[in-house]
Order: sequence, then C-alpha cells, then structure tokens
Amino acid sequence: MQIFPCPFCGPRDETEFHYVGEPKARPEPAGAVSDAEWASYLWFNANEKGLGREIWLHLTCMEMFAMTRDTATNAVIGSEALAGPAP
Amino acid sequence: MGFAGDSIASALLANGVRIVGRSFKYHRPRGVWGAWTEEPNAIVDVTRNGRTTPNLRATTEPLENDIAVRSVNAAPTAASDRAAFIDRLAPLLPAGFYYKTFLWPRWERFEGSIRAMAGLGRVDPNNRPPADNPQINARCDLLVIGGGAAGLAAAGAAARAGRIVFLIDDRAEIGGQLIHRGGAIQGGDWRDWAQSAASALEAAGGRIMTRTTAYGVYDGDLVCAWERRMAEPDALWRIRPQKIVIAAGAIERPLIVPDNDRPGVMSADAALVYLKRFGVLVGKRVVVATNNDSAYSVVEALAEAGAEVEMVDTRVSGPSCQLKVTRGAAIEGVVGAKGVEAVRFGGQTRECDALLLSGGWSPTVHLYAQARGRLRYDETLAALVPKGGVANLTVVGAANGAFTLAEALREGHEAGGGEGAAPNAPVGQYRVEGRWPKADDEGRRWIDFQNDVTLKDVALAAREGYVSVEHLKRYTTLGMATDQGKTANVNAIAAMAALTGRTIDETGTTTYRPPFVPVPMSIIGGRGRGALVNPLRRLPLEAEHRADGAAMREYGGWLRPAWYGPDDPARAIQREAAQARDAVALFDGSSLGKIEIIGPDAAKLADFHSYNRLSTLKVGRIRYGFVLQESGVVLDDGVTLRLAQDRFLVSCSSGHTDAVRTRLELWRQDRFDASRIAIHDTTAHWATLMVTGPRSRDLIEACGLDVALDDQSLPHMAFATAMFDGGPLRIARVSFTGDRSYELSVPARQAGALRSRLAEKLSALGGGLLGLEALMILRAEKGFIVVGKDTDGTTMPHDLGIAGPRDSRTDEYIGKRSLFMPVAADPRRKQLVGLSVAAGEAPLPTGAHVTSGAGRARQSQGYVTSSYFSPSLGRPIALGWVEAGLSRMGETVSIYHLGAERRATIVNPVALDPEGKRLHA
Repeated sequence: MQIFPCPFCGPRDETEFHYVGEPKARPEPAGAVSDAEWASYLWFNANEKGLGREIWLHLTCMEMFAMTRDTATNAVIGSEALAGPAP
Repeated sequence: MGFAGDSIASALLANGVRIVGRSFKYHRPRGVWGAWTEEPNAIVDVTRNGRTTPNLRATTEPLENDIAVRSVNAAPTAASDRAAFIDRLAPLLPAGFYYKTFLWPRWERFEGSIRAMAGLGRVDPNNRPPADNPQINARCDLLVIGGGAAGLAAAGAAARAGRIVFLIDDRAEIGGQLIHRGGAIQGGDWRDWAQSAASALEAAGGRIMTRTTAYGVYDGDLVCAWERRMAEPDALWRIRPQKIVIAAGAIERPLIVPDNDRPGVMSADAALVYLKRFGVLVGKRVVVATNNDSAYSVVEALAEAGAEVEMVDTRVSGPSCQLKVTRGAAIEGVVGAKGVEAVRFGGQTRECDALLLSGGWSPTVHLYAQARGRLRYDETLAALVPKGGVANLTVVGAANGAFTLAEALREGHEAGGGEGAAPNAPVGQYRVEGRWPKADDEGRRWIDFQNDVTLKDVALAAREGYVSVEHLKRYTTLGMATDQGKTANVNAIAAMAALTGRTIDETGTTTYRPPFVPVPMSIIGGRGRGALVNPLRRLPLEAEHRADGAAMREYGGWLRPAWYGPDDPARAIQREAAQARDAVALFDGSSLGKIEIIGPDAAKLADFHSYNRLSTLKVGRIRYGFVLQESGVVLDDGVTLRLAQDRFLVSCSSGHTDAVRTRLELWRQDRFDASRIAIHDTTAHWATLMVTGPRSRDLIEACGLDVALDDQSLPHMAFATAMFDGGPLRIARVSFTGDRSYELSVPARQAGALRSRLAEKLSALGGGLLGLEALMILRAEKGFIVVGKDTDGTTMPHDLGIAGPRDSRTDEYIGKRSLFMPVAADPRRKQLVGLSVAAGEAPLPTGAHVTSGAGRARQSQGYVTSSYFSPSLGRPIALGWVEAGLSRMGETVSIYHLGAERRATIVNPVALDPEGKRLHA
C-alpha cells in the first residue's frame, strides 16, 4: 500500500486520499465557451505517462493539494499546498 | 502413532504410509515429496474439534491428538482410489484437453463429472472461524525475512549497531537449514551463535517471530505476514520497515527423470530433514540421484542411520564418498506402480524402496520479485538469482545463490551493516551441473506434480504456439496449483527454453504475486466480518424504533425503520400511509444530511454550488432545489435553510451527504477565499423528527412547545427556533408527503425526549408511526422524486420540468454550461411523467420498459422508476421516464416486462392533490 505525503499531515496510507483530477482551469463564463471547449474540460484528460502533477484531497483533513507523481513507476516526487484561486 | 513435534507427514512416513494422495488429473498414487511448504503431493483435509480445513500440506501441519486426516482427490482412500483407472486414459487427457474435447453437445453436460473427479479438498460448511484474528501494524528499522544463517547474521549485525530489527521465520524455531545440516560457526555450535544473535536483537528492542510467514511485499514496502499462534487466534502483521533483508533460503528441485512421481521418490534434502529433525528413515534401501554436491551429506547421514545407500551422480566428477557412487549416469526409469521397487540407471536395475532426487537449488526469490526485482540465470549455480537493484531491499544467502554457509554468513553480515569480519565458518563448496529437461527426453516425466503436468505437456504447448511462459502456465496449468510451482517452475522454464531454442534468460519467469503460501481468508478479513464488513450508520433513536417493533432495513448506508409492527409488511405499509394522510404520523428523518456553509462569503459558495440561487433566500426561509454535476446531471435534491445572513444549512439525501460535502470543500478551496467560508457537517449532531398529516399542527400544539404555529408566523417553507428541554429546537415547515408537515430538529442527545413528547400524543389524534416504505408511497403520490431512483446518470433538471434557473440565471454555477450542450436539447430526451393503469390492475413492475413497436422491432422509450398501490387513491400509481413524455399527456403506451405486455397512460406525475391544497389543510 502506497504512502502519500499530505502537505499538512505528513505521510499517510493511500486509502486516506481521494483523487480529484488533473489541474484544469474551468472555462468561463458559460456564454463564451464553445461546445468543444466545454466537452474537453469535462471529459478529456492529458493522462500523461510518467511524471505529472495531480490534484488530490486528503480525506482526513479535507485539504486539497497537488502531488507530483510518476504514473509509470508510482514514485511520488513530492506534494505542495495549493495557494487558492487565482486572483 | 507419533510424537510431539511430528508433522502429519513425518508421522505418516514413520508409520510406513507410502501413498498419501492421488494426483489431480490422472489420480496416480503419490507419496510425500518434501518437508515444508514446497510440498506438492501430500495435500490433506484435516478435521480438528469437529471442523475440517481443506487443502493443508501434511508437511507443515503439526501432528495433534484426535485429528482426522483425509487425502484430497481420492476416494475411498488414497491407497485404493476408485478413479485410478483415469491414468490409463492419459493419452486422451493431455494438457488443455478440455479446450478440445467434451464440447459436443454441450460442455456443461460433462463439466459436473469432470469437476467431481478433479478438484482437491472439500469445504466444511460447519467450519466458520470466529472473526477474532487481529491485524497489527508495526514499524521497524530492519525486517529480516528468514531466520537461517544469513538472516541471523544480518539481524545480529544490525541489532549490535543499535537498530530495531524484526526477524521472522516460518518454522517453529529459528536456524533454517542449520537445524538439519548443522554447521560450526565462530568455532562452536551454531546454536550458541544463533542464541547470541537473538539476544542482541531483543536487547536492541527488536522482535523475533517464529511460525510467521511473510507472504507478500506490497507498494511502499509494506510487508504482510501471517503469524500462527498456538494458544490465541492467528494474527496478520502489516509491517513497514525502513529496510528489508530477504534471507528466505532455497528450494530443492527434482531431476526430471521418467516416472519421477512414484510414491517413494522424494527430495534428498527432505529425507535429511526427516532423519535429523524427526528421526524418520524414509527407506531401507535408498538410491540418491543428483547433479550437485549438496546430496552427498544426505547419503552419508542415511548410511550412518543404517540404510543401504548409493549415489548416482549425473556428473562425471564430484565429491569423494565412502559409499558406492556411479558417475556420469542418469536415472532411466522408476519401477513400481504403487511405490518405488527399483530404479534403472546405466543399464542396471537396482532394487530399492526410495529414490531421492536432488536436481539443484532454486533460490526463494518470490518476495524479491513481488517487489519488482529482476532475475538472471547463473550458469555456474544452475539457478535463477536476483539481479539486485531494488531500493531498500537486499537478498542474501541461499536466496541470493550463496549456497555455502561461509558465503551466507558473509552476505548477511554485510547486509545488516556489520562492522568488522563476518561470523566465520569453514569454507565450503557447492558445485552443480544443470541437468535440464531436453526435447528428446523419452517417457513420462513429471515437472509439476500437483497439477499433473509432464514434459510432454510442455512440448505440446510449444508445438501449439504457447511458447510464452505466461501462456505455458495457463495452457498446461503448470505452476497454478496450491504449491504455485515451487518445485516445478524452474524446470519448466528450462524445458521450454530447450524446446524453443532459447536461453533460460530469454524465456523468463511468470509474474510473482502474493501470497507466497495459501493464507486463510480469516487472516485477511480479520475482524471485518458480518456487521463489520460494511458498517451501517445508525440512528440516535434506533432503540426506540426497535422497542416500537420497527423492521429495520438498510437504505443508502443507514439502518432505518422500513415499517412497524408484526403485521404482514404490505398491509402494515398501506395502513401507515393511509393513517398519515387521514390524521397524523411521526417519522424519523435524522439520517438526512445537514451541511452548514458558514462565513461572509457563504452565499457565494452556496450560489455556485446549487442549481437554484440561494443568495436571494431570506433568513428564516427554506428553498427546495437541486445540485448538479459539472455534466449537468442531477447529483442530489433537497432543501436549504438560511439560518443567518452568513449561514446556510444544506439538506441532502441521506446517501449523498459525503459526496456533497466533499464537493463543497473542493470548490471552497479552489474557487473562493477559503478564510471566508467554513463547511461544517452537522448530520450526526441533530436528530430530526417529521410530523405530517392534516392533524400535524394539532399534535405539535398538544406538546406545549414554545413556538407560534399559526400559518402567519410559520408559513410553508419557513422555519422557527425555540427551546426544548434547555436545548435548541428548530421547527421547519417543509413537506415530503404533500400534506401539512413539520420537521423538528434537536441535538441528537435530546432525540429520545422529543420523540416521547410527540409519540405519546399520537393515538389520541388517531395517528401512528410512519416507516420509510410508507413514506415512499406518500411522496410518489405527489410526484416527488428520489434522486438515484427516479433519476439516473443522464437526468438534467429540465427533464424534471424545472428549467427556471437554467433560463434565468446569469451567474456561474456547477453544471451550467452542460445544460446548453447539444445533448441537453435533444428532443428525444426522457422526461419524468406519471403512468397510470386501469383500476383493479396490479401496479406496474419497477424497471418495466415503456416501448414502441413489437417483436424484433420493439424499442425502449423509457422505464418505470417508482410504482406502488396508493391507499389514498385506491389504485396503483407510478412514475417513470418517457421520451418527450411531457408533450404526450393522455397517450396510451405499451409497457413491456419479462415477456409480458401491458398498457398504461401517460399522466401528470402528481397523482394526488395537484393544486397543493393539502399543504395548508
């Protein structure tokens, strides 16, 4: 069972975590977003093999954070707290 | 007849029992081959205290008083098995015969008998182990797997350097091969040296666990071990070591000679174990056949114990020996159908009663390979050995191909970070010449004893193109038995390599997976059994419900009252529903989610999160609405209360609370200033009781609560606060039944007091308790949906007739853009409607399809989602989905279910009181 590093709580068992998704900016406002752009936001993921940045939620403390992980080797490079929404 | 310390196998051998089982496919008689977990033949069902455990190895099970032992796959006994004739049909039953034969007219005709003739032990339905096996989490600096010479050297070195070491070994005592082969270490008896290493380990705060099998290495270097305890339930250890040393030893291989599966053919090392540890001589006239040096000590020991022994070495040169050695010869045949009577080699026939084979040693690399370690073939050692390079994990000793005592000690000492010289032992020598199966080897030569796979089967697989080792395994079943090919796999790989002109490295191995040995499910399940497998959420008032005769059932992960009383359920449910409409009823709604959004920016999050705008909701008021997925699909419905300018209470369906709360948290952090909003799940803090019916206000007034209940003070979709027994009370006027209805919420610890106060007034008003089943009828009569039952993974709010927010909102909310995608505007989208049938007909089956066309042209246009008999209307009602249903009111449609067709009419989903007058009655 893997161990993931929550930036706030430290290393914890993988079962304490929930995968949120790839970092994506939500296309807005709705009126200015094409069908293709919205569909891509909803359904298409880069799904890169190898190193990538992923958004995870630590269910124990309910903090969302970013983890850099290698999807081919399962190696965890590191994790960081998120700064909050862009101003 | 046996001694304490005997295994079942050693006792059988001591008592001259040669045939201990029958082989899986051909039902050939089989004897004990080995002495530990690698045993392929002696598989037995053991009955202790009236309970039988199937498929145990006689070599690892201790002998106890009053046990019954039965050979699996043999009837009536192993010695006189009725199915023995199958062996004569062997030419018709090669590997994979079931892919090619017994197919006409139908495989199922033959399957039953074939399964009955194959298969191993029998499951005992009375054997229900209690769920009392603990799971223990532990950490240590170093985990040493294997307590033989190498493991003890590693553990001792690390402990003396101050590290906390766990040493585990699957036998009852540490020592590994030293126990039956002996060895002088540090100039003295190995036991003294072992004891000092063990003491150092314990003094440094470590742990030695015997009878403990490390059966798997998992992600993050998690090692799982099964500890067998004598007086207490076995335990599962989940160990997180900083570093791991694998000193798991090696397993002796057979030589693949003709008829090498006969009873009396055994592993040479096993024969030595039986002699030295159990005092059992496996034969009086013994032939030992080998290709390596290690079997010579077996020959000497057996001779010293009084057996007539001679050696047949495939090599032309080898160690000198006092006893007769025939060099450069191979075993050509084994005579004796029910047990070894003679062997043929070098043109001679030698009478004997045991043939001991030593084809070399296979390092026990399983855990290393589970950790993604790679192997390479070493020609000198004739073995697959670790390549190394796995972080935090070192393999030492025989498991690493270090087959002599001095080498094993040195490797262990180094791996344990030992300073100075390694513990010393006389320098030894191990030479071997690989003697692998060849393409032109004749006769029936067994490679996998347990699954009855021969060299001919490997050749068959190669001929038919199954040349990958993974295909070889599945096509022939070689390596798939309960021993997982511990004595077979390496010979099989070598055979396939020879047959296909590849090297052993090129042929490779199959993937190693846990567990290393069969592990009882009770260990893996631990205490998570029965009610603890998937614990349900319980209501604060459960005891009160049960006292009132509630039938408790699971709904969305909660245990809730379905109906009350001992009456026939269908009658009870109809009665409860009728009573709720006629007078008043009391219902427990405590499981509903109650999530507060608090803070100066609470309204912003509430608006973004919900399909319906909430910032316009006045304090003290309640609004019903949906929350959507980003795909526009309805995730949940429910009411929201505005408790204060900066405080909202979102009420969600009992089964969706976690999903809604997670979502609120994610958006709070991602989109808003998280310092200005807090999310607080108060679901468990409050108990909520619903009072519903035309006499609901009368009931509450009779309870003397300090709150104004006139419709001016407390209109529909508003709430008020008061005190109850010194604590807060919230009384909300919302209705899930369509009747006048109130929901009273108090802190959970006061639930009992509130319920008593309300319940004691019920009968005077002609009212009663309301269970969830009856509530489902009441809400369906009003066309109120249950998300997940009356909606599916495609339902959007406008399909339910609620398009207002979509049409009027200009601000962003979750799912907004999806409501304007092409699929959302498809005219064929299904819409929620009512479906009615003629009076006197049975209710429509839930899940029945609304169809057009007939025969092969029949197409589904929707389906029934909720269907009940309505006591208030005296006829069945139903809700369902129909393509463009809202524009087809009054149309008669076909309903199709399990081959039967009926008719129904599309009607308003609100079957009762469409004007909503009963809300204010």
